[in-house]
Order: sequence, then structure tokens, then C-alpha cells
Amino acid sequence: MLRLSLRTRRSLFPYLLLGPGLLWLIVFYLIPILSQGYVSLQTGNIEQGYTFNWAFHVYSDALSEYGAQFARSFGYAAVATVLCLIISFPLAYYIAFKSRHKNILLLLIVLPFFTNYLVRTIAWQTILADDGWVVHFLQNVGLLSHDGRLLATRTAVIAGITYNFLPFMALPLYVSLEKIDRRLIEAATDLYASRATAFRKVTLPLALPGIFAGSLLTFIPAVGDFINAQFLGTSRQYMIGNVIQSKFLVIADYPTAAALSFVLMFVILAAVLLYARALGTRNLQDAAI
Amino acid sequence: MDSDVTAPPADGPDIRLDRVVKRFGETVAVDGLTVDIERGAFYALLGPSGCGKTTTLRMIGGFEDPTEGTVFLGGRNVTDLPPYKRDVNTVFQSYALFPHLDVQHNVAFGLERRKVGKNDVKKRVAEVLEMTQLTGYEKRKPAQMSGGQQQRVALARALVNRPKALLLDEPLGALDLRLRKQLQIELKRIQKEVGITFVHVTHDQEEAMTMADRIAVMNEGHIEQAGSATELYETPATEFVASFLGDCNLIDGDLRSRDGVVADFRTHDGAHLRVPSERIDPALNGSPVRVGVRPEKLTLLPADVPAPDGANVLRGRIEIASFLGTAIQYVVHTAGGEEFTAIEQNRLGGGVHSLGPGRDVLLAWDPAHSILVAKGGTHAGA
Ligand SMILES: Nc1ncnc2c1ncn2[C@@H]1O[C@H](COP(=O)(O)OP(=O)(O)OP(=O)(O)O)[C@@H](O)[C@H]1O
Ligand SMILES: [Mg+2]
Repeated sequence: MLRLSLRTRRSLFPYLLLGPGLLWLIVFYLIPILSQGYVSLQTGNIEQGYTFNWAFHVYSDALSEYGAQFARSFGYAAVATVLCLIISFPLAYYIAFKSRHKNILLLLIVLPFFTNYLVRTIAWQTILADDGWVVHFLQNVGLLSHDGRLLATRTAVIAGITYNFLPFMALPLYVSLEKIDRRLIEAATDLYASRATAFRKVTLPLALPGIFAGSLLTFIPAVGDFINAQFLGTSRQYMIGNVIQSKFLVIADYPTAAALSFVLMFVILAAVLLYARALGTRNLQDAAI
Repeated sequence: MDSDVTAPPADGPDIRLDRVVKRFGETVAVDGLTVDIERGAFYALLGPSGCGKTTTLRMIGGFEDPTEGTVFLGGRNVTDLPPYKRDVNTVFQSYALFPHLDVQHNVAFGLERRKVGKNDVKKRVAEVLEMTQLTGYEKRKPAQMSGGQQQRVALARALVNRPKALLLDEPLGALDLRLRKQLQIELKRIQKEVGITFVHVTHDQEEAMTMADRIAVMNEGHIEQAGSATELYETPATEFVASFLGDCNLIDGDLRSRDGVVADFRTHDGAHLRVPSERIDPALNGSPVRVGVRPEKLTLLPADVPAPDGANVLRGRIEIASFLGTAIQYVVHTAGGEEFTAIEQNRLGGGVHSLGPGRDVLLAWDPAHSILVAKGGTHAGA
């Protein structure tokens, strides 16, 4: 039997722990990515088949053709993320600091997940429908003109994304707020901070890890989402996810779909890195301790 | 409530609580507490767990609103002021240091809120860090420091604001014994140096006695007795105080005569004890009382030796004699059925002279060392 020194075993141990996750990533992430990378550089069509020929022009063509959908995706996702944050923060704050029924309220937040994503979004179709009560009500109070509609508008798509991803913002926010020791806020008020200043100088910085995590969990899937645009919007609201979806599943233009996926991935990565930089990940780590 | 709430004069006590009551639902945490804390005093609030020490301190700091009563700071009624408008600072038991800020910014927090100039902040933080021996730790985060260091940061963070008074809630509770002793001395030194009032909450009588100029012994939401350590130890007003500060041997009985310089006390089993009349609190009038004596005030004599003239004497038999090095501790079963503890200094060495278990003995003490207290843990004045 191979006898390893304690030191060697110690240094191997982390890799042992990493093993299963690493294997998972290789099989279900690295390999598919490489194969998609391979596909993205092919040309041809579905009848005659695709051939690999380092076709980098697929990327530039895809970008120039679908620039609008890209911009729209990032715009919608950003607005929805900000809306989620604005709605979730007071909600999470209330549950963490003021509520006596935390568990019930948390359950209510995740309760929509008990229903299928698609079904929930289609339900919104009914809610926002032209002859639905929401539209009637808004028309009656004058917030919507008489031929105004909600369905098939940008507002509907953003509202749908906000609704569908709200729990991804609210839960991490709740966790980071819940962790804050009340005595820190007392200490701040003891040191001449008003309630507002204590919030700004203590609560908010300590909630940053939650804001960071929640924003990423909301923004990243929202950028790639196509369900909301498909069911609550029209082709004029289509996001890049809709394009990729139809290229893959309808038109079977695999190279373009793969290239668009890659571009999306890299832009998201760049955006996340910029965001992390702006918030200061080092401070985030320290605050998390 | 009576309306004769009077603010203390401006040069009077720094902190005054006037008949303060705090209820949490059914629980009465603080029950009609009145106290005056002099300017510059090191004042200890001492009492068992749950007696309302923290609640009292939190009402001074402004974190709890009294249900009844008034709080004065420096002659001003502050009962309705929030913490950030009170010129006192708290050192929390858990320290409550801001985890996202380094030592420098933790300590500067209060000064920055009060818009002290940048240069002044720097200077004062450096000063207070030197006083608390933290120079060189400016850039550390609280998580990177030991318990004792964190405790000093908490102290520095409060002291740097030069408040009228500093409130300390068991500031040394989480530390080990050695560090606690060391920081007790340091705290005392710092208090002398800055000269501001310290209100120190503790349930450790030894800590209170080493550090404080004045101690208020609390029980069930009120103050049993306040005074210097010597006063509380030598002339406790209540049975609770007598037994909470150090050991005290107590025996039931009745006061017979209270005329003249010494009063006559007859124990439940018929022995006569003398108590100095001046020790008898008029408030005790008629209520059941007990006589007490501290273990170190007792002399043990063999039963066949005549008792010294004028001494208080009880008969008994030694149950246990333990050699403690500097002293020998005896547990004596008295004729009346009490268990008395006596401590004799080990002057003659080696236990050669010591009396063994089973010996009949006399317990003798100077009547001047007798303690007279109301029976039970109730407040003498109530
Ligand atoms: N927020 C609260 N809600 C309900 N009851 C409370 C609250 N705070 C304190 N109490 C009760 O009031 C009483 C006094 O509590 P307090 O914390 O003042 O005691 P303490 O003397 O500081 O005790 P310890 O030495 O254990 O810290 C206790 O019976 C406690 O249970
Ligand atoms: Mg306490």
C-alpha cells in the first residue's frame, strides 16, 4: 500500500473535497462549452449539415444582427434587478428586524416556486389581459388611455421578470440582514448616530454581501430569460434569450445560437466583474465574517 | 406618580435615577430604583443574574424607556431623549464592535458623527489608542483581534468621545481570570486618568470590591444598599447584602433591649449576644432580625477554656477543619443547630495547634463585629 506522509495527505485533502464538484463541472460544463465553442465556428445549414471551418464571422454577424436584442436584454434585466432591490429591501428588512412571523413570511416569498415558472408567467397573461380587471381599473382611474394596454408592452415584460426573480433578491437580502447583530445598531446610536445614520453606516454596509448576491442571482438569469418576453411581450420586446431559443429549437441555426450564447456569457462575466469591483469584494468578504 | 421630581443641582450627582420602574409585560425588571451617582465616581452595580442591572444601565444609556420614574444626567432630565442625544457612552458586554470597520474607524465613529475636524479626530484617536495600549493596531479588523484587545477597542471607542459618564455592562465577563484581573487594574487606572464617571455592572463581588469606590447591591429590581466596599462588608443593612458580599454566619433570635450602648439579642436557643446599639437601623423596628458575624472575626477556643470577658460566645462542635495554607477553615455545628464557618490565620504553622473535627469548642467574637440585619432578602426601608 502506498504510504503517504501526513503532510502529503494534508495537502491532497482539499483536492479530494473538490473532486466531485470538479468532475461535475468538467462533465456538465466544460465539455458542453467546448463543444458549443466548436459548433459556433461552423458554417452550413440544417439540410446539408454544418462543417467546422474557423468561421469567426459567425460572431460578428450575430452581433451586428442582434445588437438590439442584446441591449434590450441588459436594459430589461438591469431595470428589473433595481426594481427587485427596491421592493425586496424593505420587505427583507421588515422580516429580519420587525416581524414576529418570520417563517410564515419567508414561506410566502418562496410559495410561488411551488407553481411552475411557465404557468406563473401565463397566469400574468390573464392578469394583464386587455379585458382583465387590472387594465379596466387603470383605464377607469385614468392611468391608462382607453385603448391603452399592458400586455405585449415593455412594462409587462419587465414586470414579469421582476415578479419572477424577486425571491432571488429577497432571500439573500434577508439572510444578510438577519445576521446583523442588533447591538451593533445600538452601539451606533450610542455613538451619536441617528437612526438614519446608523442605517447608512452600519446596516447598509453589513447588508452589502446580500445586495451583491441578490443582484447577481437576479440579473444573470434575467439577462438570459426568454419566457417573460415570449408570453408578456411581442417580437418588439424580444430579448437575446428569445433569439437563441428560436435559433436552436426553431430554425436550427446552431452556429449562430452557440455564438450568441458565448457573447452573452462573456458580456455577463464582464458586467459581474465590473460590479464586484465597484462594490469592493474585499470589503464584502470582510463584512461577511 | 408624585410631582415632586427634583432635578439635582448642576454641581450635584452626575447621574440620578428617581423611582425608576421598568416592566416587560408581566416581568418587573426594575422596581422603584433610586440612586445618585457622584461625578467622577467608579460606581459598581452588583447583583445576581436577573436582578435588573443591565436594564438599569440601558435606561441610563437610553436604550430602554422607563415605565415610570425619571433619569437625570448632569442635572438634566433625559428620560425622553434617544441614546444619540445623551452624553454617555456604553461599553457593551459583547463589545459590539463594527465588523466592517478597522480599529481606527471603530474608534473614530463617535467623533465623526459629531463632526469633529479630521485632524482632531486623528489626534484624539491616537491618544486614546495609546492609553488603551492599542497603538499599532489601527488597521486591524475586530475579527483579527483577541478578546482582550477587542475589549480595549470597545473601551477606546467610548472613551474617545469624552462623555460625561461611561456605562460598562460586564465588560470583562467574557475574559479568562488572568486577563480579567489585568484589565481590572487597567480600567481602574484609565478611570483615574480621565476622571469621568464609570458605572460598572457586574455580578462578581470581588471585581466590584477591587475596582469601585461605591457599590450598589441590587436584588429583584431595587438597590438593597449602596456604600463603599468596607461599609457594605462590615455593616450590611440586609441579610441579602450580608450574604452576597462574602460569607456571613447568621443566627435567628429577638432583640430584647435596645437601650444603652449595647443591645441584648437572645438567640432562638436561648444564648445571649451583644450588638452595638448604633448598628440597629430604626427601620428594623419590630421586624424579625438575625445576628451575623463574618468567619474571620471568629475565634475558636477549646470548650473548657473560660470565655474572654465581654465577648459574644456560642457553643459548638467542629465538623470539618480544612487546611488552606494561609488559613485554616472550620465548619462548626452550633448548639442551636446552625453551621458556622470560622477562618483562623495560620500563624503558628503546620496545623500543629489546630483543633480537629469532633472537638467541642467555643465560638467567640467581639460584640463590635456583630452584624444585625432584617431577616430575609427584603429591602430594609420597604
Ligand atoms: N427585553 C426584555 N423582555 C422581557 N424581559 C426582559 C427583557 N430584558 C430583561 N428582561 C427581564 O428583566 C429582568 C432583569 O433583566 P436584566 O437583563 O436587567 O438582568 P441582569 O441583572 O443584567 O442579569 P445578568 O447578570 O444575568 O445579565 C430579567 O428577569 C429578564 O428576564
Ligand atoms: Mg446583564
